[in-house]
Amino acid sequence: MNKLPTILCLIAILGGTALLAFGNTTGAVPTYAVSLVGKYLCYAILALAVDLVWGFAGILSLGHAAFFALGGYAMGMYLMRQIGTRGVYGNPLLPDFMVFLNWKELPWYWTGFDNPMFAILVAMAAPGLIAFIFGWFAFRSRVSGVYLSIITQALTYALLLAFFRNDMGFGGNNGLTDFKDIFGFPLQSDAVRRALLIASALFLAACLLAARTIVTSRFGKVLIAVRDTESRTRFLGYRPERYKLFVFVVSAVMAGIGGALYVPQVGIINPSEFAPANSIEAVIWVAVGGRGTLVGAILGAILVNAGKTFFTGALPEFWLFALGALFILVTLLLPKGILGLFARREPPPAAMPAPEPAE
Amino acid sequence: MTSRTHADTILYLDGVSVSFDGFKALNALSLYMEKGEMRAVIGPNGAGKTTMMDVITGKTRPDEGKVVFGTNTDLTALDEPAIAALGIGRKFQKPTVFEPHTVWDNLLLALANDRRPRFTLWARQTGEERDRIEAILATIRLADQRHRQAGNLSHGQKQWLEIGMLLAQEPQLLLVDEPVAGMTDAETEQTAELLREINKTRSVVVVEHDMHFVRALGVKVTVLHEGSVLSEGTIDHVSNDPRVIEVYLGR
Repeated sequence: MNKLPTILCLIAILGGTALLAFGNTTGAVPTYAVSLVGKYLCYAILALAVDLVWGFAGILSLGHAAFFALGGYAMGMYLMRQIGTRGVYGNPLLPDFMVFLNWKELPWYWTGFDNPMFAILVAMAAPGLIAFIFGWFAFRSRVSGVYLSIITQALTYALLLAFFRNDMGFGGNNGLTDFKDIFGFPLQSDAVRRALLIASALFLAACLLAARTIVTSRFGKVLIAVRDTESRTRFLGYRPERYKLFVFVVSAVMAGIGGALYVPQVGIINPSEFAPANSIEAVIWVAVGGRGTLVGAILGAILVNAGKTFFTGALPEFWLFALGALFILVTLLLPKGILGLFARREPPPAAMPAPEPAE
Repeated sequence: MTSRTHADTILYLDGVSVSFDGFKALNALSLYMEKGEMRAVIGPNGAGKTTMMDVITGKTRPDEGKVVFGTNTDLTALDEPAIAALGIGRKFQKPTVFEPHTVWDNLLLALANDRRPRFTLWARQTGEERDRIEAILATIRLADQRHRQAGNLSHGQKQWLEIGMLLAQEPQLLLVDEPVAGMTDAETEQTAELLREINKTRSVVVVEHDMHFVRALGVKVTVLHEGSVLSEGTIDHVSNDPRVIEVYLGR
């Protein structure tokens, strides 16, 4: 895998973020723009997670936004606890929606969320655990292709319905919102907004490097072999289900991190984040940028979402048509995505460098 | 029931039957192979050659019968990766290599090694691995193609690469399905030579349609018909067997 796109991408993410944050301190960049870009970067983390499983393991997950939303809910629960007595009802123990539902005590699964470190841990562990259980059964039973895609849709839809229920204890259809503080600092302040943008950029960079390390390792080579010729890997003695499970869990954890960074920047998390359409949109970002390239996933997520911001502002009714047209055009004209346009300039395989020397 | 396996046996099929939707692909097939032997398996289409390979490698579970590897390992209880780990390698009819990877990486992934993710995640190429790959590249005559993408190789080169991947696995038993299909005469010749070379250290089963090639191998031949053994012996013996003549000429 060529190093150059990754290096350019890291420079663009970190450099661009530094410029925006600095511009905001001088007043040149409005704070809403800082949060907007921060949101794009969270989407980019989700896109990266989707590309890791779709581009390199052939798992077309149409339910990845569920892992993103689970991470978001974990962070949202912490932010709810930070409200303290400043809620509408001023209840020192319970969030507003629980008071409204006449609940007397905090459900057991809300314990610990006063601690931000615990919340962050859950934001990674919860998606990871669900991905592990789901993947364990799906991959062991050799469910793949379109059947797997359909059950990932079912997974996110089931979670959507579950989180809509008031008695689940996650705020029902209103979700979690009216956040005040994060780590004791006011969430609405410019400094916190800048810090969240920078945190998103750093986590995106870390996820990109982690994903690249995985796909360029020998593990990644096996993974690509599994993607293209799964039965052959089995006759070589590999167990494809273990490779898929590992990468699926890593990808879900990544998506969870994206969701945890997203919620404080948009100020709300509700069940609509589990909507099947969200997961499909994430797949479109990856297809637009270039499947199986990692950097393309990031590029696609940022470009498509910037386009969405523009269109929903300028021509609100037109956005879904534009997204549909974009997907059709990319599929027809750019099967390898935007990054595929540049890939042609790479040297032919014969001119590839020699394999790494012995140690 | 006692099995008649002993120390010199590499593979023993005893009364193996497989049926798909009522069609008997294998019908009480029994076959016995000695360690170090090379065996050619021939037979008309639908005789059960590929199903036999599927049963040995764990892809298909037999309805009845036993498949014993070595002295006493029952293969019918194991799945494909477990059987591969025991030392049975398989080459498919259609060359199946990892097309996006280079010739070198194809061999690297095939090398006998720890197959678990926890190993491959951190694995670095060692000098020993390099030497083994170099040796295989020389054997399969692809040393000058090492950096090419496997998907860009010619048909014959892919066949050899796949045989090379089999060698890299260091199996005790190789199952080779139609290795010379679609090859030129010169390539067929070289492949026969390659298989004889491999047979010096390993047992080999070759399934083939090409009688010319089977004759060139000069090994014991098993003729399958309707899922069981019709005839067995030298190529001259089986080609003079009236039952074999009838099956081949009668169609």
